Amino acid sequence: MRGCVRLSRIISLLAALVLTGATTGGPVAAAAGTAPKRVVSINLCTDQLALLLAGEDQIVSLSRLSHDPDSSSMAEAAHAYPTNGSGAEEVYLLSPDLVLAGTFTAPATVRMLRDLGIRVELFAPARSLEDIPERMAQMGAALGRAPEAGAMIARFHADLARLSAPPARRPRAALYYVNGYTTGDRTLAGDILRAAGFDNVATEAGLEQGGTLALEQLILLAPEVIVSGRDYPGQARAEEVLTHPALHALSDTRIAGTLTDRDWICGTPLVLSAVQKMRDLRLSLEVRK
Amino acid sequence: MRLALGLIALVALLFLLSLISGQAPVGAGQSLRALIADDGTPLSVVMREIRLPRALLAAMIGAVLGLSGAAMQGYLRNPLAEPGLIGVSGASALGAVLAIQTGLSLMIPLALPLAALGMAVLAVLLILALAGPRGTSITLILAGIAISALAGALTSLALNLSPNPFAAADIVFWMMGSLADRSFAHVWLAAPFMAVGAALLLSLGRGLDALTLGEDAAQALGVNLSGMRLRLILGTAACVGAATAVAGAIGFVGLVVPHLLRPAVGARPSSLLWASALGGAAMVLAADIAVRELLPARDLKLGVLMALVGAPLFLHLIYKTRKEMA
Repeated sequence: MRGCVRLSRIISLLAALVLTGATTGGPVAAAAGTAPKRVVSINLCTDQLALLLAGEDQIVSLSRLSHDPDSSSMAEAAHAYPTNGSGAEEVYLLSPDLVLAGTFTAPATVRMLRDLGIRVELFAPARSLEDIPERMAQMGAALGRAPEAGAMIARFHADLARLSAPPARRPRAALYYVNGYTTGDRTLAGDILRAAGFDNVATEAGLEQGGTLALEQLILLAPEVIVSGRDYPGQARAEEVLTHPALHALSDTRIAGTLTDRDWICGTPLVLSAVQKMRDLRLSLEVRK
Repeated sequence: MRLALGLIALVALLFLLSLISGQAPVGAGQSLRALIADDGTPLSVVMREIRLPRALLAAMIGAVLGLSGAAMQGYLRNPLAEPGLIGVSGASALGAVLAIQTGLSLMIPLALPLAALGMAVLAVLLILALAGPRGTSITLILAGIAISALAGALTSLALNLSPNPFAAADIVFWMMGSLADRSFAHVWLAAPFMAVGAALLLSLGRGLDALTLGEDAAQALGVNLSGMRLRLILGTAACVGAATAVAGAIGFVGLVVPHLLRPAVGARPSSLLWASALGGAAMVLAADIAVRELLPARDLKLGVLMALVGAPLFLHLIYKTRKEMA
């Protein structure tokens, strides 16, 4: 089993490198001379990948969310750069030679920028840990920093392999968010949970992608750990399900509180700190037993 | 007497059905055993902490909404008077939202029902001032529309201004009402207000009977009209405020139930009060079972079902009123 996983990783890495080669054959040659000099990112996740990989003075502006410490894992580093509101007009006036956006960025914005002759590189959101090296390779190629990306990918694989060594026992856990939403195995959050050595009860409920899990279904599944989402400012009735007394009436369930924070959102190497935290939680469960 | 027993049996039956309906596929006998004997299993937790408070709240809220509708209709002698339609529920929802959004309800839990009650009093006072003691249907409905619209808009505004990304989605809850994932904390929060409100409204029975003879005759019989008015205002506000604070605005209960039961009690307002309380409990219990059984995965709102049943009846009543006036 481990061998299979390793092999698939190597294949995906090779694929990423081949893809990298294919893209860099185009207008952005790997040579530093033709690397983009005015890069504008308009998506929270491309902000962070760009901060990790870009050379000095390559970045002109990041999205407004990048400065929000609740959403961005790299808010501090991002404060060195001005922000933009992700609108076509504002971005065009920054006269970028490369715009980094997500595949879920408003299509009208992307089309407008492309019509104006600006190169826009789209990054799909990571749906698993496997996706992350591909995104790093894509960013490395786009910024003309393929060697740096390659080193980062190698480090990522080594760290992930160390953190996700198979545990003796896999405790059953649930990720539970506002409005009774849960995420399944086929999501980045689900994959973080799996890598940290947990089994996801959403799978038992037939929710591979995630979806609404009624509170009473969650209680009957009786997971060993319930991990809830981050606490948002202000009040909403939708959040009340996370403090329902029934959750605390389960004697064998540990409510691990708000762990899924900014490190869980984007497919960057920073998810490893999420894996680490969840792994620590699992080890603390074993000690208590 | 037979009506009372029948209604009580219906409420009891629906209460049991409510306890055994839910998303989790568990047998009825097994669920009820887990409810009675706390065996520490997750099923016991589900029955005692999720389904029991939900069924209790459905019965309590239905009862006070039915009662409020019957009392208002008796006092105003107008079959269209209903807390949801004339804006009292909407105003209560606004009060509750303000208590939550200002963070007041976090510091003092009682602030939630109190704020809802306060806004409800304001709405009833406005209605009575605008429609007058013998308000015609037209002025009553127009005043209700205005208050509902204003309360709804301010509720949306308060929720849209919230820094919480999920607050805006709460608008549907406050406008339509739902009992999903309520707990005993909500039962204890609402129960005292509902008890006081229901006691005030039930005490109106004799006065309402006398009022059917006209205000002069009622006063000649020794009925204190201003006292009645005060009890009606406070009673309705306490009932509707408490119900809305924990479950959102659930409309049409106070319209449909008294209308259905009026022939059965011989149109006596005093009998209609308790009959509507029982009937309202049955109706909300039935609707809450339906939202879970029809679309279990969708968190269907109670108000949707109520409007599907209530709106056609409302149109029918308006049509009838028009014919009477012509």
